[in-house]
Amino acid sequence: MIEMINVSKAYPKGVQALTNINFKIEKGDFVFLVGPSGAGKSTFLKLLLKEEDPTTGTIYVGDKDVTKLSNRKIPYLRRTIGVVFQDFRLLPNKTVFENVAFAMEIIEASSKEIRRQVPMILGMVGLSDRASQYPHQLSGGERQRVSIARAIVNNPAVLIADEPTGNLDPDTAWEIMKVLRQINRRGTTVLMATHAKDIVDIMQQRVIALEKGRVVRDQQRGAYGYED
Amino acid sequence: MKIRTVNYMLRQGITGLWRNKNMSLASIGSVAAALVILGLVIILVLNINNVADLAQMQFDTIQVYLKEDISQGQIAEIGDSILRINDVSNIEFESKEQALLNMKERWGDKGYLLDTLEENPLPNSYIIYLNSLDRADFVVVELSKIDGIDEIKYYKEIIDNMLRIASFIRTIGLALIMILVLIAMFIISNTIKLALNARKQEINIMKYVGATNWFIRWPFILEGVVLGLLGAVIALAITYYGYSYAYNAIARKFTVVFSAYLMPVSEMMNTTVVMFAVLGSGVGAIGSIVSLRKHLKV
Ligand SMILES: Nc1ncnc2c1ncn2[C@@H]1O[C@H](COP(=O)(O)OP(=O)(O)O)[C@@H](O)[C@H]1O
Ligand SMILES: [Mg+2]
Repeated sequence: MIEMINVSKAYPKGVQALTNINFKIEKGDFVFLVGPSGAGKSTFLKLLLKEEDPTTGTIYVGDKDVTKLSNRKIPYLRRTIGVVFQDFRLLPNKTVFENVAFAMEIIEASSKEIRRQVPMILGMVGLSDRASQYPHQLSGGERQRVSIARAIVNNPAVLIADEPTGNLDPDTAWEIMKVLRQINRRGTTVLMATHAKDIVDIMQQRVIALEKGRVVRDQQRGAYGYED
Repeated sequence: MKIRTVNYMLRQGITGLWRNKNMSLASIGSVAAALVILGLVIILVLNINNVADLAQMQFDTIQVYLKEDISQGQIAEIGDSILRINDVSNIEFESKEQALLNMKERWGDKGYLLDTLEENPLPNSYIIYLNSLDRADFVVVELSKIDGIDEIKYYKEIIDNMLRIASFIRTIGLALIMILVLIAMFIISNTIKLALNARKQEINIMKYVGATNWFIRWPFILEGVVLGLLGAVIALAITYYGYSYAYNAIARKFTVVFSAYLMPVSEMMNTTVVMFAVLGSGVGAIGSIVSLRKHLKV
């Protein structure tokens, strides 16, 4: 499903963000990407989205070699990958419904599809009664659920989350984890970068640990593995 | 592309216009200025060419005035000499009496004024028809060698001068228009830059959910095109009213005869409408594409 072969990434000013990464994720996996700040987690995710290109190596998403993808095809790669960020990135002047519908509009879904799909997804993340509210009327956890709804509304095969609980208190973080786990159970591959030790330890999922741009551990049913 | 998408993009484009009203006005104004100058150049050049064309048709002959104190024999001799010049196809003699009659006729109801003349001031003349107007310069040189000719009336020079002026106006005008067009593009591309900034967050999200580059670009290109077209509409209005006014003023002041030499207003507008629309939207589109290339990383 997702595979990196001998991938390295150096940023222009000589920062070596990733060194010789090799791993493979199967369809339907739930994978944590852990490591201290600056370890290269975000860079790792950006490579999958082709926001950045690796300096060397090969990356497969689905059956496509991402490194060989032309610029024109990037949007179609991204339609197969939903993304969630720490800072939610909702449009403040759109309602919850409109924020989610926006993702469908821009891939030119019909309004009929939008009217059917958006309420269903809002129901999945537990926001059916919030559809007509604006982001500023929502709590942090609710905003993150809107952004998750937007990420999955077009049924991507993969969901990437870059520290999705980073701005949330522990209880709210667990709500988000439940939503992600539920999405994963429906067959979506989930790849989540995080700092949150307790979440990783309790979830008992596969853990890929990065340190200074290298994979230092790749463990099925792992724990966070740092005593910091 | 779906109708709904087109609607969406037009809406985005128009919203963009409103968001930066001042820059939008500056953009529209700059396009209008460039096109008004273009209109002026078109009006001048087309009219001068038109007059030159008409003049060429009417004055495709050379007229030579003969000296006062020469005999009938000499007049006939001069006629023979003229006919011997290559490229002269035919000549016609106009006596001074005939010339006066012709003038009386041309003056119409004011012709009686000529009756008060004590002496006929008009000369005897030959009207010379050429095989080809291109040879006029050569023929004039030959004519100047013949004795008994007082003056050679020859309009090619005037026509040539008019054409030279037209081409001068065209050159200067086009240079000026090029500069104004560049300024307009610059202003439009800055307007689009502001529009891009205002929608930065939205664009960022669009990229992550897989909007194609063209889907992201179109609203901004449309915004530029609308700016250019609005400028074109204003320029068209100014050109139309300005030319109609000048046309009527000339017709009133200098008799209708003179305005017959001018391009009719409707014909002038047919030429400019399409040109303004194409140029206006083109300048707008290019201005915004320049901005997108610079500021929109895809
Ligand atoms: N656009 C960039 N240009 C240069 N260096 C970068 C860029 N993005 C990240 N880096 C560097 O790459 C390294 C890895 O960063 P990042 O992938 O953001 O780590 P993490 O998400 O684990 O905190 C850091 O040293 C960071 O400073
Ligand atoms: Mg990061």
